[in-house]
Amino acid sequence: MKSLRDCFASLAMTARELSLRGAPRRSNLVQTAAVIFVALLAPGPAEAYRLLVSNEKDNTVTVVAGDTLEIVKTIPVGARPRGMALSPDGGTAYVCTSDANHIEVLDLANLSLSGTLPSGPDPEFFALSPDGHTLYIANEDNNLVSVVDVPSAKVIAEIPTGVEPEGMAVSPDGATVVNTSETTSMAHFIDTAEKKVVANVLVGSRPRFAAFTGDGKQVWVSSEVGGTVAVIDAASHKIEHTISFEVPGVRRETIQPVGINLSRDGKLAFVALGPANRVAVIDQKSFEVVKYLLVGQRVWHMDFSPDQKVLYTANGISNDMSVIDVTALKVTKSVPVGHLPWGVLAVP
Amino acid sequence: MVLVGLVAARPAGADNSAPAKGEIEIVYLSTPGHDQAIAGVRVGIADDNGTGRFLGQSFRLNEVAVSDEKVETDPSWSLIVADLLAPQLLALADLPAMHDATILDVATADDALRQQSCRANVLHILPSRAMLADALMQYLVVKNWRRIMLLVGNEPGDALYAEAIRRAAKKFPVSIVADRKWSFNPAAQQADTGHFQVNAEVAEATRGEDYDVLVVADEAGNFGGQLAYRTDKPRPIAGTQGMTPTAWSPVFDEYASTQLQNRFQREAHRPMTARDYAGWLAARAIGEAATRSGKTDPQAIGTYMRSSGFELAGYKGAPLSFRPWDGQLRQPVLLVDDRSLVSISPQPGFLHQFDELDTLGVDQPETQCRLK
Repeated sequence: MKSLRDCFASLAMTARELSLRGAPRRSNLVQTAAVIFVALLAPGPAEAYRLLVSNEKDNTVTVVAGDTLEIVKTIPVGARPRGMALSPDGGTAYVCTSDANHIEVLDLANLSLSGTLPSGPDPEFFALSPDGHTLYIANEDNNLVSVVDVPSAKVIAEIPTGVEPEGMAVSPDGATVVNTSETTSMAHFIDTAEKKVVANVLVGSRPRFAAFTGDGKQVWVSSEVGGTVAVIDAASHKIEHTISFEVPGVRRETIQPVGINLSRDGKLAFVALGPANRVAVIDQKSFEVVKYLLVGQRVWHMDFSPDQKVLYTANGISNDMSVIDVTALKVTKSVPVGHLPWGVLAVP
Repeated sequence: MVLVGLVAARPAGADNSAPAKGEIEIVYLSTPGHDQAIAGVRVGIADDNGTGRFLGQSFRLNEVAVSDEKVETDPSWSLIVADLLAPQLLALADLPAMHDATILDVATADDALRQQSCRANVLHILPSRAMLADALMQYLVVKNWRRIMLLVGNEPGDALYAEAIRRAAKKFPVSIVADRKWSFNPAAQQADTGHFQVNAEVAEATRGEDYDVLVVADEAGNFGGQLAYRTDKPRPIAGTQGMTPTAWSPVFDEYASTQLQNRFQREAHRPMTARDYAGWLAARAIGEAATRSGKTDPQAIGTYMRSSGFELAGYKGAPLSFRPWDGQLRQPVLLVDDRSLVSISPQPGFLHQFDELDTLGVDQPETQCRLK
């Protein structure tokens, strides 16, 4: 291994010297060696994946290759695409097109639209049941959660919740859905079998996002105006802990928690802080903030790579996607995407 | 006891059933034909009930018209949204029956009501003229447009607006290179060929000094809308017309405000003004205090509203709360023209020891208000 590395280093040196001398391109030898080298260094067979970024303003979804971070395709979709979800078989992505008042179905094999699903008016965010059969959609304008049966493409129930429903999360066992309502400032727990609200938990002002921990025991809810994240016990519906944020040199009112991603191993939580342009890294057990990572402007939502070693963020104002190395807790790259990127989704 | 009083005091024709457990009455007072905040109050109460139904709280609107001459009240009123001018507001606040009430003023911007004439039972929702002027001056400082010409109309409010501009200019500092009164007849524009005359008058009124911005004080809109493009020098207009500091505007769509704009448009069939916003905020302040305190007792709601823990989401980013020294709602102020949002003050860099929102208006150390 060492000798190969040395070999590459010397070859690279040669290439640099060549280019300094005005050589038009690297020699084939250097290129071949580089390919071999990269292949040898790669940690096992990395799972190939792509990232979808929903761009609220220009009505597109940008497809970025996970390995090269190059844009593969820009797919035109309906008006104001925001929330996205992946089918369990990995073949389909669903996109909330809020101003088009429906859900668009993306075929991931050929990266094109294959149909639409009904959603109720102004769908902003949704959650897909673990079996992929049911979509729970927050209808921001009329205080409802619409339940859509995916195979038949029909709205099968409408559940009244608070004012301005937004955040949606399904428990890992599919039995509970949590919806947050922004003006009402509550997390509503919905029994999916009964299709009705069973508990309402008052949280900080303007709750935007909900996420279940991997074991399904907690629900984390971010409050944009309150500036906090409430950790709710999923069984007792009691708030176990409230996490606050303080970033030196950043005005308190710009700290507006939005997207939450909880690592599967139960160790870390990532919270996007909106106009504070930071992602807070939190210890899932102690609830302590470990680090604040500077990302692009107005960070909204995030997603992990399938192996959870990388986290991607959609930055609404700087029109880019930040790439976070989860092991090193460092921002490694920024990838320009469309206008007003809102959501990110890792797909096969 | 209180319940009996409440029922007995209800005017004939009103809902005579005893208030249900958890019912909170919001009284809206206006003079006939001047109920400019009512549409916002209605949307706010609907939002309150959206939350209340999960907590066993309900909010009921009691709309009452008062006469110009005499303000009469019902002793059971405790949470009042007052869409009244300054003299009536003070008359209401000073009634013995209102001593323990919480009166939310949704009509005035008068600094006097927040200063020497302040009352402990009154909270002010709209930004004061001092806050509006500070919001504008901060922006002018950021742009480095530091020389203004001030043009003041003839209405009493115009003089107060101009006074707030002068105070703010001194504070930042921005220099007022010319301080002039508008003295022409505003009716000319309506006559055929009247625009020639208006153009000549505006050019004449703005001649002689160089400046960066023409700041106009014309609250009633008598002439301010006819200044742009007619001034002697090509200069932008700000103040009561042109780029205007305001609590709210239909052009504003940041911080999810589109949600509220849409809700209001659906209910009222027109765009949402600053007065509508004030009505909505007043109803929401009551609702939020009831929700967070878990109380339905109006006194407890009023106390919570004034406490340091109170935070109201007003679709302007920062949480809003009441200043303990004068009952003013602290809030960001929008700078807008007819078509777009220009900026939001406080401007970045205007720092404050406790809360940047307190860089707008009269701060605690300078207040003349002694709440009683």
